[in-house]
Amino acid sequence: MKYLIMIYSNPMSRQAWEGLSDAQRMELGLGHRALTEALAESGELVVSEGLADPSLGKRVTVRDGRTMTTDGPFAEVKEHLAGFYLVECETMERAIEYAAQAPDAAYGGVEVRPVLDLRELDL
Amino acid sequence: MTPSTEIESLLRELAPQVVGILVRRHGRFDTCEDAVQEALLAAAVQWPTDGVPRNPKAWLITAASRRRIEQWRSDSARRRREETAASLAPPDPEPATSVDDTLTLLMLCCHPSLTPVSQVALTLRAVAGLSTAEIARAFLVPETTMAQRISRAKQRIKASGAEFRMPPEDERSERMVSVLQVLYLIFNEGYTASSGSALHRVELTAEAIRLTRQLRAMLPEDGEVAGLLALMLLTDARRPARTGPDGALIPLADQDRRLWDAQAIAEGVDLITTTLAIAPIGPYQLQAAIAAVHDEAADAEDTDWRQILGLYELLHSTAPGPMVTLNRIVAVAMVHGPETGLTELTAAETDPSLREHHRVHAVRAHLLDLAGDREAACAHYALAARRTLSIPEQRYLESRAAQRGT
Repeated sequence: MKYLIMIYSNPMSRQAWEGLSDAQRMELGLGHRALTEALAESGELVVSEGLADPSLGKRVTVRDGRTMTTDGPFAEVKEHLAGFYLVECETMERAIEYAAQAPDAAYGGVEVRPVLDLRELDL
Repeated sequence: MTPSTEIESLLRELAPQVVGILVRRHGRFDTCEDAVQEALLAAAVQWPTDGVPRNPKAWLITAASRRRIEQWRSDSARRRREETAASLAPPDPEPATSVDDTLTLLMLCCHPSLTPVSQVALTLRAVAGLSTAEIARAFLVPETTMAQRISRAKQRIKASGAEFRMPPEDERSERMVSVLQVLYLIFNEGYTASSGSALHRVELTAEAIRLTRQLRAMLPEDGEVAGLLALMLLTDARRPARTGPDGALIPLADQDRRLWDAQAIAEGVDLITTTLAIAPIGPYQLQAAIAAVHDEAADAEDTDWRQILGLYELLHSTAPGPMVTLNRIVAVAMVHGPETGLTELTAAETDPSLREHHRVHAVRAHLLDLAGDREAACAHYALAARRTLSIPEQRYLESRAAQRGT
């Protein structure tokens, strides 16, 4: 079963980040590296990435077949997705164990959600 | 069959035999399995152009042995000396039959130190002879992830000290439970809609049936092996009718039964009928018997729900589980009416394993629907749709909710 571990950035986590020393920031980065390595080593990592700042994001809309892009998300958005781990684990509990190892779990929001699949159940 | 698929079948059939021979001769399952995998890849490239060698098995054994020696040479000088001595030693005096080797290998791949996911991956590679890339595609994960999973599984087997031989008598029946579970998992994994993203998946359902047939040839007396094979045949027979042209899921009651595979049904019914008469009963046989009752009904109205209910009662007492509880309640509703079913569902829901189960909502919606309470059915279909993890099921439940909502 695949699970997406989503790491959110919000005012609380940003404030916490700003209060960290260089050494602490380095430690946080190393924490992510350790988690990625542990997941790869166990054969449970599908993919993991950190996302660029939301100011670099574009909002895409298609109206009447025409593609339009606008800068966004907008300033009033307080929380945004900062990075993710797509993992394949036996159970939700196992995915939660990994989520708890994301250094951000101590500061901001980390969310785990099951991924929908094509599995069919007999009806 | 085109020549290349013929070669593929031949390679898959020989794979476990060659692994068995190598491990028997040299020990070290992990390195031997790697070597055989490389030999299989080499054969898959060479044989279609150069032709199949006269003795394909001997070719694979020679190629795999060579790979294995190359691997060892790159290891260390001490090991090289050992290797030279070993390669000069005469081969095993009595070569074991390939049948035994394949079964031993299957038992080893389903070792209790491994998680079910790892057991499945290792079985597909070592016993079914699939490449890591094919297994990764089948499970929609990157090849590196699957490679790591397989190599971890082999390390674990090595660390557990397990050897390449049949488990002792007292562990065998427990190990057989894992073997059958792994084969059933492979079958279920393959039993998915043929939608876009699944286009390049290897035919896991066919692989599972092939492996179970092999197992049945080795253990013809085992009622549960026969039961599992019958269950697979009877379930897979409905596949052509299970999805509509738009890929949407069609429930059993609404399927066009003329599309069912009559030959597979005949084989499955025959197999389960013979087995039930002679073997001690088990959960796979019961599930196969239920599938057979469904498959034998000319249309949904003809279904012998009394017989199905009786079989679910037996299954409920021998191998209880949330899905068995829910399916039994559906059968109760079909025999005694939806109100009786709903009363039993409310009682069953107090069980912790069912309280959070998303299928409780789906079953309740279905029973409310049968009872004619459209509004409540709509609400529960919508609730069930939000809680499922399966895309086809979600689409089906949403469409039901929409139909009842109007």
